[in-house]
Amino acid sequence: MKLPKTIQELQKDLKEKKYTCVQLVDEYLANIEKNKDLNAFLTVTSEYAYEKAKHLDEIIKNNPKAFGEFPLLGVVFSIKDLYLTKGLRTTAGSKLLENYIPEYSSTVIERIEKVGAIIIGKTNCDAWAHGASGENSDFGPTLNPFNKDYVPGGSSSGSAVSVAADLALASMGTDTGGSIRQPASFTNVIGFKPTYGAVPRYGVVAMASSLDSMGHFTNSVKDAKTIFEVTRGEDGRDSTVVNAKNKKQITRNKQIVIGVPKEYFSGLDTEVEKIVLEAKNRLENLGYEFKEISLPNMKYAVAVYYIIQPAEVSSNLNRYDGVRFGNTRKTFGKEAKRRIMLGTYVLSSGYYDAYYLKAMKVRSLIIKDFEKAFEEVDAIFTPVSPTPAFKLGEKASDPLQMYLADIFTVSANLAGLPGLSVPAGFSKDNLPVGIQLLGPQFGEDIIFEIGETFENNS
Amino acid sequence: MTSLNKEDLIRLAKLADIQITDSEISEIAPQLTEIVNFFDQLKEVDTSNVEPTSQTTGLVDVLRDDEIDVTRIIDKSEEIFSVDALLDKNKNKS
Repeated sequence: MKLPKTIQELQKDLKEKKYTCVQLVDEYLANIEKNKDLNAFLTVTSEYAYEKAKHLDEIIKNNPKAFGEFPLLGVVFSIKDLYLTKGLRTTAGSKLLENYIPEYSSTVIERIEKVGAIIIGKTNCDAWAHGASGENSDFGPTLNPFNKDYVPGGSSSGSAVSVAADLALASMGTDTGGSIRQPASFTNVIGFKPTYGAVPRYGVVAMASSLDSMGHFTNSVKDAKTIFEVTRGEDGRDSTVVNAKNKKQITRNKQIVIGVPKEYFSGLDTEVEKIVLEAKNRLENLGYEFKEISLPNMKYAVAVYYIIQPAEVSSNLNRYDGVRFGNTRKTFGKEAKRRIMLGTYVLSSGYYDAYYLKAMKVRSLIIKDFEKAFEEVDAIFTPVSPTPAFKLGEKASDPLQMYLADIFTVSANLAGLPGLSVPAGFSKDNLPVGIQLLGPQFGEDIIFEIGETFENNS
Repeated sequence: MTSLNKEDLIRLAKLADIQITDSEISEIAPQLTEIVNFFDQLKEVDTSNVEPTSQTTGLVDVLRDDEIDVTRIIDKSEEIFSVDALLDKNKNKS
């Protein structure tokens, strides 16, 4: 049985009765078992998936309009273990929550399940989503399917790998500083981060509340768009979710103009540079106009991010007291401790103004840079990461080096912008490299449009 | 140059209610020192007339409509509120 690569393919196969949802689950579970060494899953939810698949097979049999009413009918999802799933263990990649079984599901999970998604398991990730490699998981690192000596990126490591290795058709991830876009780039899949406040965060373990975005991994841009149509919009439970309808209309140039910020093209690995510039040429040949732009405060983005994010982390992780649920605070891993202490430091009396307040001000300048750029251009084109996937252990003992891996992704979170990572090629060592498209707030349509054109002409 | 030493880490761990071993302190102290010094680059940015940002999409308060639900109004007669008796010595002796 040939597993589908897109939702369109899947639904065509189901309509033509090439296989049933139950057979589909059989096949994915067999693949998960075969690829156990990748360590992509923390929990495989076989029984739960079979139950849902049987139910969906009934719907297909009895409801002639099933595919119209259930846009994600039969789509097998893996879920980053940060999303609460009712009755299914949710660990956040941390030993602190190793036995935690949620009483309710996050909004996103409720929404995708309602329209036909099948959840096959919960994926491995850096504990509490702290990391860019997957190595900070308390349950061991996830391996890159393109070369098992390399990391798959992080923190949504298992989610990216499950889509790349056909262990699921799509996966939900979270992106606080690049945790969807960077692993997508390292594993040759589509990674989508929505505008901050486009998708409810309700029921997802919070990392840094002003930066967290709920996005997903797919094999095609079109699928990313289809899933976003399901997950987006107010739920009455996350006060930061803005109904896009209330937002001011985005005015587009007649001919789409894509900005290339010169600040993103220094210090690049030569192979990455070559692949990214080739991708730019390809888009030019497809009729897009490019324009060099400058985002002068972008060089401060990593410093600003690594003040604001740990500050919010230290505050969010305060709630884990081991009294009502979860283990005690003794079970926090090393990276969590590092970030809690760093956050506590930048927030503590005597340092607040110099670090936290200063970072929030420079954040305003970074946002202004983007606002100015989007007056001229419709989207921004950059690399996702300065290098292809790095080796396991290469940066594990040097946190600052690991933090710098986020250099091209964090600014979108600081400014609340949507971003899309699209595969663009491979290095000589056969490691994937992606490009990043950034849009103005609530400008998802434009990056989907460019991404789809690029993908269809690859 | 800012330097975080053993005492600083013990104090931070106490503030944050986390436990940290001596070997973790000797590993993490130089790492945090390096990271904090990396932040020093922000000193060169002029932020004298800049407002801080903590929320990016510009939210306003969302309030529900202030509608009167007549079924929830307590009966008011003769300038006093009248409610059901809470205690009644003739009822529910059990």
